[in-house]
Amino acid sequence: MNQQPMLDLYFLEARHQLIEVAAFLDRVERAGETADFRARAFAEAVKILGSPAKNKAGEVLRAFSDPTVEPIAAATTKAACGAWPGRGESQDITN
Amino acid sequence: MRYIEPHAHMVSRVTDDYDRMVLAGCEAVCEPAFWAGYDRSSVAGFYDYFSQLTDYEPKRAAKHGVKHFSWLGLNSKEAEDVTLAAEVVALIPQFLDRPNVLGIGEIGLNKNSRNELRVLEMQVDLAARHGQLILVHTPHLEDKLKGTRLILDVLKSDRRIRPERVIIDHVEEHTVAMVLDTGMWAGMTLYPETKCTPARAIDMLEQYGQERLWLNSACDWGRSDPLAVPKTAVEMKRRGHLAELVDQVIYQNPGRFLRQCPKFTL
Ligand SMILES: [Zn+2]
Repeated sequence: MNQQPMLDLYFLEARHQLIEVAAFLDRVERAGETADFRARAFAEAVKILGSPAKNKAGEVLRAFSDPTVEPIAAATTKAACGAWPGRGESQDITN
Repeated sequence: MRYIEPHAHMVSRVTDDYDRMVLAGCEAVCEPAFWAGYDRSSVAGFYDYFSQLTDYEPKRAAKHGVKHFSWLGLNSKEAEDVTLAAEVVALIPQFLDRPNVLGIGEIGLNKNSRNELRVLEMQVDLAARHGQLILVHTPHLEDKLKGTRLILDVLKSDRRIRPERVIIDHVEEHTVAMVLDTGMWAGMTLYPETKCTPARAIDMLEQYGQERLWLNSACDWGRSDPLAVPKTAVEMKRRGHLAELVDQVIYQNPGRFLRQCPKFTL
């Protein structure tokens, strides 16, 4: 393998994506939506970015995941929304 | 470059996609049965779909110079109706001898419900009774981690299932290790928004070894890219990986898994 410098390959793209995330957080704040379970899960996941975790991508994915182990009684929707709404809470989202 | 597309829903793609895939070096397309975007109203809908996958679609692919294989099963989005599911499972054996059928798939879980789990067990049993390879779909987004654990529990608890004959698809950074630890294969799906990007897929290849991993586009009627596999190959080269490793990942690996079904020949 002729290893290429990762920063040369990915820095600008990652910088762009991080600014998009920052602007998204500002937008959610201005819209007064920070109490939504998705915004709360997002805030938890963002903390992982500054942590010393070796597998940050995996930890971010875990932060959005349903942590329970028992199958649910019945599927009431086919879709996933990207964050776990919490035990007993409705997954119905407003938009 | 040569490659195998091990997971693509060609019935929902236009003919131009076949042309572009062949131009990029695609030698075989494998198509698991999946959800049509709506629930079929009866078992007859599945009969027609399995006929399309095993008769019409391989002919359409052959016209464009690529071999077409298929997997048959009931997808988890339609598994809440257990009575219909049992009818579909009973329908499948009559198609298993068709020359392009590789095994049972894609089966798995969607919302991790009790009925989805029952139907998964029925289809794992079907595969075991007929000596078929298994291709598993893992759930989306927040449901993936839990669903992957439940699926692995079902497969590990059935002693007839040999792990090297099972591929668990749509793994990401939080599920890839638990799949590979079982001795099963893991598939990485390259989607523009959900699932995995080329850069992340290559990260996983570099960290978890290239022995039992494959790449696929899982292109269907949603936002997806039928050229995602060759584009990831280009990204591997950009990162400095040698052509031999690229060939192993996008051609030799899927071939090694799929040839466990003697019908898979190129
Ligand atoms: Zn699929």
